[in-house]
Amino acid sequence: MRTARHHLLSVLVENKAGVLTRVASLFARRGYNIFSLAVAPTDDPRFSRISIVVDVESSPLEQVIAQLDKLINVVEISELHPDEAREAELLLVTVSADADQRAQVIQLVGVFGGQIVDVGLGALTVMLAGAPDALDDFEELMRSYGIVELQRTGRVALPKLGASSGAAVDHSAESA
Amino acid sequence: MQLTGAQALVKSLETQGVEVMFGLPGGCILPVYDPIIESPIRHILVRHEQGAGHMAEGYAHVTGRPGVAIVTSGPGATNIVTPLCDAYMDSIPIVVITGQVPTAAIGTDAFQEADTTGITMGVTKHNWLVTDASDIPRVIAEAFHVATTGRPGPVLVDVPKDVSLQMMEWYWPESLDLPGYRPPSQPAAELIADAAELIAAARRPVIYAGGGVLKSRASGALRELAEQTGIPVVTTLMARGAFPDSHPLCLGMPGMHGNYTAVTAMQQADLLVALGSRFDDRVTGKVSAFAPHAKVIHVDIDKAELGKVRRPEVGIVADCRLATEALVSALTPRAAAGELKAERLADWSAQLRHWQEQFPLAYDQPAETEATTTGSGAGGRPPLLKPQFVLEVLRDNTPAGTILASGVGQHQMWASQYWRFEQPNTWVNSGGLGTMGFAVPAAIGAKVGRPDAMVWAVDGDGCFQMTAQELVTASAERIPVKIAILNNAYLGMVRQWQHMFYEERYSEVYLSPDLPDYVGWAESMGCVGLRVETPEEVLPAIDKANQIDDRPVVIDFRTDSMEQVFPMVPAGASNDDIVVHPSQRHRLAAP
Repeated sequence: MRTARHHLLSVLVENKAGVLTRVASLFARRGYNIFSLAVAPTDDPRFSRISIVVDVESSPLEQVIAQLDKLINVVEISELHPDEAREAELLLVTVSADADQRAQVIQLVGVFGGQIVDVGLGALTVMLAGAPDALDDFEELMRSYGIVELQRTGRVALPKLGASSGAAVDHSAESA
Repeated sequence: MQLTGAQALVKSLETQGVEVMFGLPGGCILPVYDPIIESPIRHILVRHEQGAGHMAEGYAHVTGRPGVAIVTSGPGATNIVTPLCDAYMDSIPIVVITGQVPTAAIGTDAFQEADTTGITMGVTKHNWLVTDASDIPRVIAEAFHVATTGRPGPVLVDVPKDVSLQMMEWYWPESLDLPGYRPPSQPAAELIADAAELIAAARRPVIYAGGGVLKSRASGALRELAEQTGIPVVTTLMARGAFPDSHPLCLGMPGMHGNYTAVTAMQQADLLVALGSRFDDRVTGKVSAFAPHAKVIHVDIDKAELGKVRRPEVGIVADCRLATEALVSALTPRAAAGELKAERLADWSAQLRHWQEQFPLAYDQPAETEATTTGSGAGGRPPLLKPQFVLEVLRDNTPAGTILASGVGQHQMWASQYWRFEQPNTWVNSGGLGTMGFAVPAAIGAKVGRPDAMVWAVDGDGCFQMTAQELVTASAERIPVKIAILNNAYLGMVRQWQHMFYEERYSEVYLSPDLPDYVGWAESMGCVGLRVETPEEVLPAIDKANQIDDRPVVIDFRTDSMEQVFPMVPAGASNDDIVVHPSQRHRLAAP
């Protein structure tokens, strides 16, 4: 569950060997908690984007950003405020559902706009992509049927179109 | 021109202007050592890779240019981790080249394989694993750029053996492509104006000068600022020499073993002008009680330092010299308008003078204590030397501009306290990491960088035993450093803490004054070895050492193990709770 201590950082990095290790070890060494992390190349193959949800108070957040910015391979860091960003996440869940319950589960999947990707005798595997809050709600509902296995990707985000220019707090200009 | 990766590496170092490197060969770096035979770069063969790293640091400390060390894979690389960490903590630019097992063997637990880039990631500003010989010139150029710009620091380049042997077409990069690396330089004008405003308004200001002043070559600008504003200056352990100790505005070293006036001036200040300093715990003591009345102007080239410990009223991310010069310019019209007249600080100056008179550095003279502390009796041994006395004699009988290196512990604090630093880059010590054994190799590196200057190392007997083997290097390479061992037969600083905080329960700190025989050991390493036991012998021994210029000299000064470093702010305590020398304690009631 997201809390007020969660901040989403969108970090543009050079697409080089070991960059994720540098970021992860910096977090470990300075004692910052990572809540979730997603990483993949961008449209420009020279760069990757790491979306990190950090679990800190707001004052240490400045330190997190400043320390992160010192990594030579980190090109740009934006803090995305949830009100001003489009966030998405993907969830895969295998839910226990015998013949009696299967219809209920399928109905709920329909309501959330998910997809059944695998069906067994006593269980279903569902894929759901969407806003992290919706995924939280869905996960909670599925819990009552019995979650066999669950995997989430961690959130990714981009600034909302037309949102104020303050949406993405760009720290690149003042990097050290 | 086709070159091997190894040839390209050596040629890159030459192109980069490297004149000397410190190293020790081994299996995976062998290809690189072959072209070193023909290279004009002087190679100094160390006896342990840690020595190579500290020598590179000592060289960088005194020249301001990057020191270079070259070692093999595996244990060669792990042995240099301590110097890398030391350089990282103290922002010293060094470039370390390590051999690595061939690329095909990486990850197979091959002989002398270590994950060098992984191990050193947290103790370097950046590191590189080269996987293609054609990357070598670019990576070396990037490595020197990163090490020496912005906040300086150590970098490491790991070169697999097959990459050293691979052929490449030589080139030198015309520009560097580091999209994520943009070191700041000029300060923002509006922040300088804000800072000038605070400076003009302050009535109890202190300039808190740190190592960044030396790194940015801002000593001249700092002096201008201090003289223009009349603001007194404290110089941290890393900034000793950044402002002359003889200057009337110099208050000396603050911190855990700083002098009373420097510590208390910061506590009572209404403004701290922090220049290239980082509010280290050894300076602040208990952070919540540090300088409680002070507004803070913090200039640092590393944005992450602003607000890391203490939130500044004005935080300026910039090169320290450029920011200090900008402050002087911004204050010039105020000076002309009479806003910076000395009278505005008259009360403050009087207060500082009063503290300086009441609480100078002090130690017991031997005559006062010999009977009780050193067991001198009829037919007994003479009273042991006071380490502070040895330092005073050494200070007063070495040429101006002498470079002083030190290890870590009591002797380091006494050296910083009792020396008179008049010039920048004449003090070589391990501040942040506190690396015992730093002095001998660092002094050697310093002497290589500044052969014109006399180089003394003040060392402890514990420290000396950690890296003394590098005196073999110094003898073989004719590097005439001079080592003053303050031999108190103890791990003295640990002993002091056990004395003060562990009810004098001395656990594992006794070392013996005679084992090893320091004079015999020094002579076996090709040095001149001298032993000094009485005050009368101190000066003649120092004079003799000063005359010797063809080999290293080691003097074993037998010092009093009871001696403690004062003043002292106990760890975790407020700087207000500073413990002064026993002879001054009665004055604390009415300061």
